[in-house]
Amino acid sequence: MKQNLVVVLSGLLFGLGLGLSQMIDRDRVLGFLDLAGTWDPTLLFVLGGAVGVTLISFRFILRRPHPFLAEKFTLPTRNDIDLPLLLGAVLFGIGWGISGYCPGPGIVSLMLGVWNPLLFLIALFAGSFAYEAYALNRRD
Amino acid sequence: MAEFNGLTALVGGLLIGTSATLLLAFNGRIAGISGMVNGAISLARSERWRWLFLLGMVAGGTLYEYVLASQPTPRSTFAPAAMLTGGLLVGFGTRMGNGCTSGHGVCGLGRLSARSLAAVLTFLATGFITVFMSRHAFAGA
Repeated sequence: MKQNLVVVLSGLLFGLGLGLSQMIDRDRVLGFLDLAGTWDPTLLFVLGGAVGVTLISFRFILRRPHPFLAEKFTLPTRNDIDLPLLLGAVLFGIGWGISGYCPGPGIVSLMLGVWNPLLFLIALFAGSFAYEAYALNRRD
Repeated sequence: MAEFNGLTALVGGLLIGTSATLLLAFNGRIAGISGMVNGAISLARSERWRWLFLLGMVAGGTLYEYVLASQPTPRSTFAPAAMLTGGLLVGFGTRMGNGCTSGHGVCGLGRLSARSLAAVLTFLATGFITVFMSRHAFAGA
């Protein structure tokens, strides 16, 4: 139960942060990605603020033997740079530049009550399943 | 578009960093949103907590937009083709590359992961190129 409370609270802070920083406005995100236009530095400040916190806090947290409410840390184990990582990031970046949404703002923007985030998310699910099917095929 | 406000952007970023900090410190989990989405739709019982996080996110956004915001967020124009194409690529790409702006960006960079740094530099680069192509190279085409 306590774990669920942490999940809801951190979700709430995440959504609040995306709202406050206006990352739910896709034109602002596209403005950041538009280096040749009227460049909007907002996203740089958001990422800077967020990474500024995690750079410091993660260092202390990961020194602990385990999290406060769980038996172990569930962290990505890989640190190699392989082709799927880079190709995946290439495709994600193109999709981000086309839509102005990455997954977080796409979800939070549902509350704006407009069609764009909903269409984006439906397609995101389809893309995710498509990769799953592609990966299964390759494994056979 | 509203004026750039460095302070609210920074405070928003600090909130996001705090969110990732809480989740890691208490539950030992990474706050990567594409991972939340992909895990949530797997329907496995052990992944159900991810729905709570996503619901919390929408609640946080609602609290901002309808209670705290000094002015409403601009509702951007309807662009179904861009949403569908972009969403497909984001879904496929984040699954293939194991993360997005939050997982690789906020959390991976915080962990000093070389893998995440490579991902972030790559998706920023293709994001910049894509917007350049659509707004300048082929503008009006």
